[in-house]
Amino acid sequence: MQYARPSSIKEASGLLAKARGKAFVLAGGTDLLVRMKGDFVEPDLIVDIKAIKGLNEIKKTAKGFSIGAAVPCAAMGENKALKKAWPGVVEAANLIGSDQIQGRCTAAGNLCNASPAADSVPALVAAGAKVVIAGPKKKRTVAIEKIPAGPGKTTLAKGEIVEAIQLDKRPARSGDAYLRFIPRSEMDIAVVSAGVNLTLDGKGVVKAARVALGAVAPTVLLLPKAAKAIVGSKLDEEALEKLAAACSAACRPIDDKRGTVDFRIKVAGVLARRAAKIAYKRAGGK
Amino acid sequence: MTLGADFTGQKFKSVGTRPLRPDGVDKVTGRARYGADFNMPGQLVGRVLRSPHAHAKIKKIDTSRAEKLKGVKAVITAADLPDLTGGGDMFDILDNCMARKKAFYDGHAVAAVAAIDAPTAKKALKLIKVDYEVLPHVTDVDEAVKPGAPLLHKHMFTGGVEPKPKKPSNIANRCQYGHGDTEAGFKEADVIIERSYRTEQTHQGYIEPHACVASVSPDGTAEMWVCTQGHFVYRQQCAELLGIDVSKLRVTSSEIGGGFGGKTHIWAEPLALALSRKANRPVKLVMSREEVFRASGPTSATSVDVKLGAKKDGTITAAEATLRYSNGPYAGMWAELGAMTSFACYDLTNVKTVGYEVLVNRPKVAAYRAPSAPMAAFAIESAMDELAQQIGMDPVKFRIKNAAKEGTKSSYGPVYGPIGIGPTLEASLKHPHMKAKLGKNQGRGMACGFWFNFGGQTCTDLNIGVDGTVALAVGTVDVGGSRASLSLVCAEELGIPYEQVKAVVADTSTLGHNDMTDGSRGTFSSSMATIFAARNAIKVLRERAAQMWDISVDDVVWEDGQAKAKGQKHGNLAPLSLKEIAAAAPNTGGPIAGHSEIVADGAGVSFATHICDVEVDPETGATRVVRYTVVQDAGKAVHPSYVEGQYQGGAAQGIGWALNEEYIYGKDGRLQNPGFLDYRIPVCSDLPMIDTQILEIPNPKHPYGVRGVGETSIVPPLAAIANAVSNAVGVRMTHIPMSPPRILAALEKKKAH
Amino acid sequence: MGGIAVTTTINGDEVDFVCHAEETLLDVLRDRLGLTGAKEGCGTGDCGACSVIMDGRVVCSCLVLGAEAEGKKIGTVEGMASGDKLHPLQTKFLEHAALQCGVCTPGFLIAAKALLDRNPDPSEEEIRYGLAGNLCRCTGYDKIVRAVQDAAKVMKGA
Repeated sequence: MQYARPSSIKEASGLLAKARGKAFVLAGGTDLLVRMKGDFVEPDLIVDIKAIKGLNEIKKTAKGFSIGAAVPCAAMGENKALKKAWPGVVEAANLIGSDQIQGRCTAAGNLCNASPAADSVPALVAAGAKVVIAGPKKKRTVAIEKIPAGPGKTTLAKGEIVEAIQLDKRPARSGDAYLRFIPRSEMDIAVVSAGVNLTLDGKGVVKAARVALGAVAPTVLLLPKAAKAIVGSKLDEEALEKLAAACSAACRPIDDKRGTVDFRIKVAGVLARRAAKIAYKRAGGK
Repeated sequence: MTLGADFTGQKFKSVGTRPLRPDGVDKVTGRARYGADFNMPGQLVGRVLRSPHAHAKIKKIDTSRAEKLKGVKAVITAADLPDLTGGGDMFDILDNCMARKKAFYDGHAVAAVAAIDAPTAKKALKLIKVDYEVLPHVTDVDEAVKPGAPLLHKHMFTGGVEPKPKKPSNIANRCQYGHGDTEAGFKEADVIIERSYRTEQTHQGYIEPHACVASVSPDGTAEMWVCTQGHFVYRQQCAELLGIDVSKLRVTSSEIGGGFGGKTHIWAEPLALALSRKANRPVKLVMSREEVFRASGPTSATSVDVKLGAKKDGTITAAEATLRYSNGPYAGMWAELGAMTSFACYDLTNVKTVGYEVLVNRPKVAAYRAPSAPMAAFAIESAMDELAQQIGMDPVKFRIKNAAKEGTKSSYGPVYGPIGIGPTLEASLKHPHMKAKLGKNQGRGMACGFWFNFGGQTCTDLNIGVDGTVALAVGTVDVGGSRASLSLVCAEELGIPYEQVKAVVADTSTLGHNDMTDGSRGTFSSSMATIFAARNAIKVLRERAAQMWDISVDDVVWEDGQAKAKGQKHGNLAPLSLKEIAAAAPNTGGPIAGHSEIVADGAGVSFATHICDVEVDPETGATRVVRYTVVQDAGKAVHPSYVEGQYQGGAAQGIGWALNEEYIYGKDGRLQNPGFLDYRIPVCSDLPMIDTQILEIPNPKHPYGVRGVGETSIVPPLAAIANAVSNAVGVRMTHIPMSPPRILAALEKKKAH
Repeated sequence: MGGIAVTTTINGDEVDFVCHAEETLLDVLRDRLGLTGAKEGCGTGDCGACSVIMDGRVVCSCLVLGAEAEGKKIGTVEGMASGDKLHPLQTKFLEHAALQCGVCTPGFLIAAKALLDRNPDPSEEEIRYGLAGNLCRCTGYDKIVRAVQDAAKVMKGA
C-alpha cells in the first residue's frame, strides 16, 4: 500500500485519477481505517488531503460559509459563527462518535463514506448545502443530496475530490435542528434520524422548510411533501401530525442489527416532529 | 454498616481500610504489562483461520501454498494436535480450540499460521484452502429442541433421562432440583402466575482481547506469558493437549484486562504453543476484537417457563421453573446452574426446577460472572413481581415474607447457615432510594439475587526479608485489586503497617497449584490462605524470639506486630518487633517464611437486593437508568473501595445485559455484531452514579467472616430493570435485552388492546 | 515493501521511526517504540483504550496511520507524570479506586486530561459525555467520574 500526502488539490486529484489500483482519500480516517481493519477494503493508494492548503479552514464570507474538506467536526463545533447560524448542521456533525472521533472525522468524509445512516448528511441536505468538487475537469458545485448514490457509493467520478461544503447566507428568522435515535446515549450509529430546516415570516408562520431523513433508505431522503405539510403553519398539532405521517410514509427502511422496519417508520415521524419544534424555536417561533 | 453480633470479637486495624493498591502506580503510568504487552526476541506472529460457516463438515484442508509463502514458519491444523476422539473432557476442549471433523460455529478455528509479520500471516491464511461441506445449522435455543432441527451430533442422547431416549437430539442433559409436591402446592394457591421468558446471548466484554506469547524448546520445556484467570489451570490443560510434562511448562500470568469468567478457559493458547513447537521460535498470538466475540466464550441464551402460586396472604405455596440454556457445540452444566440458582433466595415447601442443556451452532459457552444465575433470576424475579402485584402486596415485603434464612432448606439442596437475603431486603425498604420522588415516565423496580461462591485449591507463600518487609506470593490472579486486600489481611495478622507488605502473583514454577480466580473466590480463598500462612510465620517468629531471649517459646506471644515475653519472670524483656527479629534471622536459623496450601472451603453464599429507577420515552422505547442502588452482603469487606467496585461493576454489566447487549445472528448462522459498535455495552453517559450499601453478615467459615462478593451483583439487574419498566410504562417485558424496538413494540401492542 | 520515514515528537522527545503505510500509530507506538501504555481493545475506534493526544486533541491511535504522525506532537500516558510526580488525574484515579483491571485506565487518563484541558470545570454530565468514547467493563464508571471531578478541583487550585 502506498501513502501520499500532496500539498495541492490538483496534485491530489491527479494521483487519484492516475491510480491503477484501489485509491482512497484520507481525511479523518475514522471510516477508512475501520473498513481496512475489517478487510472490507484493501487500498493500493491512500491520498491524505490534510496537508492541502485551505482544506483545513472554515471560511465565513458574505455569501455564507465554506467548510474545507479536512475540517474536523470538533472544529465545526468550536466555530461560534457557524454554530450560531447553523445549529442543526453543527449538532449533527458533533454527534458523530466520541470526542476521539470528533477530533478527526470530517463532514466531507461522512458524506463521501455514503453510509445511509451518516449523521451530518440529513442536516446538510435540509440546510440546502452545496458541495464544491475538484477534479481532472473543471471545478463544479453541486447540491449535496446529489452526492450519495447508495450505501458506500457516491456520484463522484474517478479523480474527483470534495474540496468544500458550502452553506448559503442565512435569511432572518431561520433555524435548523437534527435529531437521531440511538439505543445508548452515545457511540451508536443512527437507527433513524431527521434534519429540519425552517424559515419563518414576520408572524411566526413557516414560509420555507426542508425535511430530510437518514437511515431509512439507501441514501438520505429529502422530502418535499413532508416539508409542505408544515409550510403555512405555526407547527400546530395538525401540521405536525401531517409531517410525521408524511415522513413515516416515505420511509423505505430495512430490518437490521440496529433496528426493525416498524421501529424506524414509527420513530422517523416522532423525530421529525421533535426536530421541527426545535428548529421552530431556534428560528424565533413561539 | 455492620449487622450481626460481634463475630470475631476482634477490632480490625488494617482490614476495612482503603489504602492505595500496590499495583496501582504501574497501572496509571502505563508500566503494567498485560497479555499483549510482552515480547520475546525472534517471535513470530500467530494468526488463526476460522470457519465462515455455522455448521460444516471439514472434508479437506490444503495448507501447502501457505507453507510455501516466504516468511511463513509454521502452519498447523487439528492433525498437528493429539487425536482425542476416543472421548473425555479434553476432547471437547481441544476440538473447540481447533476443529477436527466439523466446524460447529461461525468463527470455529480450523487452522493457524506463524509468520515473520502480520501482513505475511494474513496472506498465509488466505492461501489455506478448506473444503467445507456446508450443513444445515440451528442457532436458536428453542428451534434446536424442535423435532426435525438440524443435529449437531448424531450420537447425542439426552443424559439424565430414564429410560435413555432412542432418538438423538440437541439436548445434552436434563437435570432436576427441588423438594416437596408442587402439584399439591398449586392446588392450595389463591393466585397462580405462569409466564415464559427469553434472554439473548451476551459476552463478558472484557476490554483486553486474549493474548499470549508461547515458546517451546526442542528439549520439551516451554514457557508462556498469557492473560488468564488461572495460569495453573491453563498450564495443566495446555500441557496435556501438547503432550508436555506439566512441570516443564512455565506459565506466567500477565496483568489481566478483565475476565469475568471468560478467561478461565483456554482458547488459542494451545495453538500458540503448537505453532511455536513446529517453528522452533516464540509465537505471539493476539485475538482481534472480532475473534473474541466470534470465538471465545459468551453466555447461554435461554428460554424459561415459570409457574408460581401463592396464598392471598403472600405465602408462596408452589414454585416451578423449566429452563432451557443454550451451550455451544459441547455439553456443559449451564442449565444445571440455572436450575440450582432459580429459587435460591426463598424458603419454599414445594419447589421444582428442571434444566435442559441445549446445543446450538454458536461458540462454546463460558462462565460469565455468576454463570446462569442472571437469566434464571430475570424470569423468577419478574414473575415474583407480577405475583406480588396481583396479590396487592409491596414487592419487597412479599419477598421478605418468603425469604430464605438460617436453617432454610434451599431449593438446590443444602441447608443455609447465617445469610443475608432478609437483611438486604430490610435494608432496601429503609434505603432513601425507596422514598425518592419519581418524575414523568419514570418507574421503580427491585429484584433479588444469589450466588454460591466457591473456595478451591489455594497456595500462598509469605517471606519475611531481612529488613522486615514481607513478600506475599499468591497464586490466584488479581482481577480487580485483590493484592490490596491480601496485603491488608497479611498486615492485619502480623500486626504491621500495610506499607510493609508487598503482594505479587507468582508464576506456576514457584508456587503449588491454585485454582482459577472465579466463583468470587479470589479474596475469600487467598485471604484464608494468607491468614494461615501468616499464622505459620508467626509461629516461626515466636520461636526466633524465644531463641533470642533464651526462654521457652510457650512464654512468647505475638501482639501488635511484636513478640512479647509474658509472665512476671520475663518482665524486664522489651518486646521484639518483626523488623528486629527479621534482622537477626541469619543468626537464628535463616530466612523466616510461612506457607499455606489449602482447599478453601465454605465461601459463603452472597445475596443482594437491587433498586432501580428508569425513565422510558413512550414514543420511542428509549430507556435510561436514572438511579441505581446495590445492597449486598459481603460478610466482611476487607477493602471497602474494591467491594463497592465489584458491586458497581456487576450492576453495570447487568444493566447492559438488560437493555442492549445481545448476539445477533443472521439466517446464515453468522454473527452480525462481533464488535463494540453493535454489541452495545454501557458507556459512561448511559449510567448514573451507582450507590452501594455493604452489609456485613459474617461468614462463620472464614476467620474474618469474609464472603465472596464479585459475582452476585450481576444477578438482580435484569429483573430490577424489567420491573422498573413495568412500573414506568405499564408493560411487562419478557425478552431480554429490552432494547427500544422491543419496548416500543410492547407499548404499541398494549395501545392496540 | 518500502518503509515510510517519520519524524515526530512523543511526550516532548523527538522520535524517528520507519513504518509501513498500513501501520497505525497504535501499531507503531506499541510494536516499534515500546510504548505499550496505549492498548488495542478493538482496533476500530469503539473503545478508546488506544487514546493518545495528537496536536492537542484526543484521538484513537488505532485510527491514525503511523505516517500521519509526521511533524505532530503526540502525548501518551507514559508522558503524563512529571518526572516522579504523578499527574493529579493519576493520583485521583488511585485514591478513588477508579480502576480494577486497569486496562482501560491509560485511555481514560488521556481522554480525561484532554477533557479537563479544554473544560476545567465540567459538570457530571459533561464528564460522562466527554468520556463516552472510553469503555470500561469493570467499574461501572462511578469511581472514574468521581476521580475526574476530584482531579478537576485540584487542577483548578481549589
